[in-house]
Amino acid sequence: MYKYDSWDQQMVDTRVEEFRDQTRRRLSGELPEEKFRPLRLMNGLYLQLHAYMLRVAVPYGTLNGAQMHALADIATKYDRGYGHFTTRQNIQYNWIKLEDAPDLLADLAKVEMHAIQTSGNCIRNISSDHFAGAARDELIDPRPYAELMRQWSSFHPEFSYLPRKFKIAVIASDTDRAAMRLHDIGIQIVKNAEGEIGAAFYVGGGMGRTPMIAPCINEFVPLDRLITYAEACLRVYNRYGRRDNKYKARIKILVHELGKDEYTRQVEDEYAHMLEQGVEPPFAELERIKTYFADPAFETGLSTEVDRSDPDFALWVDRNTHPHKADGYVSAVISLKPVGGIPGDASDEQIHLMADLATEYSFDELRVMHTQNIVLPHVKIADLPALFAKLDAAGLSTPNLDQIDDIIACPGLDYCSLANARSIPVAQKISERFAANGKGAELGQLKLKISGCINACGHHHAGHIGILGVDRKGTENYQLLLGGSEAEDTSLAKITGPGFDEDGIVGAVETVTDVYLAQRTDGERFLDTYRRIGMAPFKEALYD
Amino acid sequence: MTDASFTELVRLRDDEASDAPAVTVDSFADQSNAGAVRIEPGDDARLLLPHLDHVTRVEVNFPSFTDGRGYSAAQILREAGYTGEVRAVGDVAVDQLGYMRRCGFDAFQPEVPMNEADVEAAFTRWENVYQKTSDGRVPIWALRHGEADG
Repeated sequence: MYKYDSWDQQMVDTRVEEFRDQTRRRLSGELPEEKFRPLRLMNGLYLQLHAYMLRVAVPYGTLNGAQMHALADIATKYDRGYGHFTTRQNIQYNWIKLEDAPDLLADLAKVEMHAIQTSGNCIRNISSDHFAGAARDELIDPRPYAELMRQWSSFHPEFSYLPRKFKIAVIASDTDRAAMRLHDIGIQIVKNAEGEIGAAFYVGGGMGRTPMIAPCINEFVPLDRLITYAEACLRVYNRYGRRDNKYKARIKILVHELGKDEYTRQVEDEYAHMLEQGVEPPFAELERIKTYFADPAFETGLSTEVDRSDPDFALWVDRNTHPHKADGYVSAVISLKPVGGIPGDASDEQIHLMADLATEYSFDELRVMHTQNIVLPHVKIADLPALFAKLDAAGLSTPNLDQIDDIIACPGLDYCSLANARSIPVAQKISERFAANGKGAELGQLKLKISGCINACGHHHAGHIGILGVDRKGTENYQLLLGGSEAEDTSLAKITGPGFDEDGIVGAVETVTDVYLAQRTDGERFLDTYRRIGMAPFKEALYD
Repeated sequence: MTDASFTELVRLRDDEASDAPAVTVDSFADQSNAGAVRIEPGDDARLLLPHLDHVTRVEVNFPSFTDGRGYSAAQILREAGYTGEVRAVGDVAVDQLGYMRRCGFDAFQPEVPMNEADVEAAFTRWENVYQKTSDGRVPIWALRHGEADG
């Protein structure tokens, strides 16, 4: 994985000192809150209902054992002993004191980490495929391109006061595990007819109040023009994105209002101009970054067989491992979704353990998934029984990747000042219900996503089943949505009809899964059945 | 502790400041002898490009510091070869100076006077940069591949 050189280290160290100075001026009263707010947001510090939340960047979701240990130490030292992994492959801490934040950032800098641009109206942490560099189905490892973009986007002077936040994802597989087309810019590394590698740019996707699927505006940008093309996309947005209404300020609205063709024309004009400016790092820089992402020393001639006589182990292997490009290895998913738990939460002890397991079994590497789980990307199949035993002893062996209880949930009204309704208790009740009634095991892949308000941090638009919490005359109410997908078959979920109360929504989820179980044909997922039979049978079961 | 000193105008240029009143971008086209022009956030800086040889000062107004359109305006002027003064005016504070300078601003006239020590810190804190912009600083990627820091 990438390693800082002295320049990278100097940049994060300088940022720590800059933020220490800004915090000092804030605490002395010299800097008023309204001026400080955008500055602290660009350092990941967000004011929630009860305290500051600090969001730490995990660039493209990749980190090593020492970094993971440092994240655990921060949970112990500055928080209440746990951290929360997020849908941008980051981690956040919910109980941070402003006066501690500079020291916390200094601790992060010691392990080549930071909280730069994890909030605010700037270019956010670049996300990627959590199986990057490991997946059997990928064209090439997308992370060097993401790292090139991380450096370009960090402290970008022209694009730090954008109309709204800006999220970029980079993938390199036809299987989309990063919700690429629901980003402000989604980049897929592709191969053209001549066999050259380049980047397809999808611009103007997003969730939020007005969900949109990004159209492709350029099918092949040469790799030595990646930064120049991104500059052009951003400059058009910075100049012409709406600033009169924060709910219409994302780039998706600009692309929608101008139309894809006109936006593309403006970008191409700006791109032609930017090509004259020499903003692109030389190809040698990309090659330099690539050397850090060389494959670890995979052994050859390994067995692909493992003793499956323990049914719990066999189920975990079937559900929580993913095919690896090297024979004899898999990527293993550590679920942070135990029945009745808080999705994405991990204790300091669990984080330390995961760090140790990465060192012992996965070439010292971990990934954070946007679905709020952790991956050990390179595990020998022969090591799986030992790994499973250690995970099981720590309560980390829930076999539920992409199952109904592998729920994405935003922090909701338990933490967030924007929320209209609680998300976490609904997630807890749903996982408990399906564990108790035994139906969960029959359902197969079913992606359930919960947001506590219309801002859609819980990705409800992209859930096979989505739940949106709203405020109805002062009580929490939950709308049910069906048919969304964040994968390569991207689609936006549709609302079934009137909402439900907290217990009602749990029952409603069970009802729609009953319709699926009764109607499915062989091999159909919930989403496939919904697409085949449409909304009507589900509505009938829910409301008639 | 000594009293902090405050400044109302920071200029990083050696030439004398022009006191010509700035006109709007719209009216500038009709009175090209104006000398100074003021860009508002919604103005297209490219409209000025045919006239830059007789503009001595461009003011870029920031009614709110969170509206970043002025950064692109300054970049566009510098990319077109404009060498006159580009002055940030309005809701500008020390915490914006570094990025503004990177985008080609070379004068700063905030609504609220700035602490001179903070101004000095803002300009000297960042020894290196990741991007190539119109200030001509050599980015880290160029340093890595042999280009000397100018």
